[in-house]
Amino acid sequence: MHLAYPAVLAALLFCVGLYGVLARRNAILVLMSVELMLNAVNLNLVAFDVWLRDALHAGQALTLFTIAIAAAEIGIGLAIVLMVYRNRGTADVDRLRDTAESPETPESPESTAEKAEAAA
Amino acid sequence: MILAAPPAHPGFLSPTGVEVAFLLVGLVTLGAAVVSVTTKQLVHAALWLVVALGGLAVEYLLLTAEFIAWVQVLIYVGSVVVLLLFGLMLTRAPIGRSPDADSGNRPVALAVAAAAAAALVWVVWDAFRKSWIDLEGPAQGSTGVTGEILFRHWVLPFEALSVLLLAALVGAIVLSRKKPEGERD
Repeated sequence: MHLAYPAVLAALLFCVGLYGVLARRNAILVLMSVELMLNAVNLNLVAFDVWLRDALHAGQALTLFTIAIAAAEIGIGLAIVLMVYRNRGTADVDRLRDTAESPETPESPESTAEKAEAAA
Repeated sequence: MILAAPPAHPGFLSPTGVEVAFLLVGLVTLGAAVVSVTTKQLVHAALWLVVALGGLAVEYLLLTAEFIAWVQVLIYVGSVVVLLLFGLMLTRAPIGRSPDADSGNRPVALAVAAAAAAALVWVVWDAFRKSWIDLEGPAQGSTGVTGEILFRHWVLPFEALSVLLLAALVGAIVLSRKKPEGERD
């Protein structure tokens, strides 16, 4: 099999996932797109492992580790999303703007003092 | 006259059966992925993700990585998607079309993804257009081979990973536990 087939498929899947991460609004759909990106990487790892005929099969071992880490990531991510939903009533990533800098609000001296305190 | 040895790099115009199968399943996988990130129905996105991940499992099988294919089916199709569906259910995702599934930076996202796709596909095609995967011989990812390398060469990372999974489990439980009244995080 040509190595180009799995490599190009993995690149395209990665870019589809990239689009999903940037364009989606619901946090759970963002997590789904992250899964797509991770799977694209896994396909690359398996294809190159089979191509190189590695004696240690590092690609396949790393794929299994990536799958396990992705499972851990999705568990933690969903727990965080559920907590945010319980506290805020929304899971939309572009409505969580607490830490965003807004240009129109001038910084009050109190908050500056608090920040300095927190930094110290 | 000696028979000419088969060329090390057959052309793209005479695909083997495995290649045809890989191409067809790849098209289905890619289409399912695209539908999954563009559909306006949130639950359908999760279901299309099942098609994409299952297609990837078939691709692993075609690349003779048998054990990873079944792990993919078990973990991704079996548990991750179910977890995502539970998440959608618990955050009261609307059933049916939701017009605000995509945020305002959709054109920018499209431009970034298209540029990344063009660059990556160009580079990958240029680099690996002459490389050929030899799938003959014993399967390189059979369960026996994978178990042997995993427990002979990769034991320490494997054990570290199990500790990480335990930590993630505990963390998820702590994060999603309901706090008693009056206590805030």
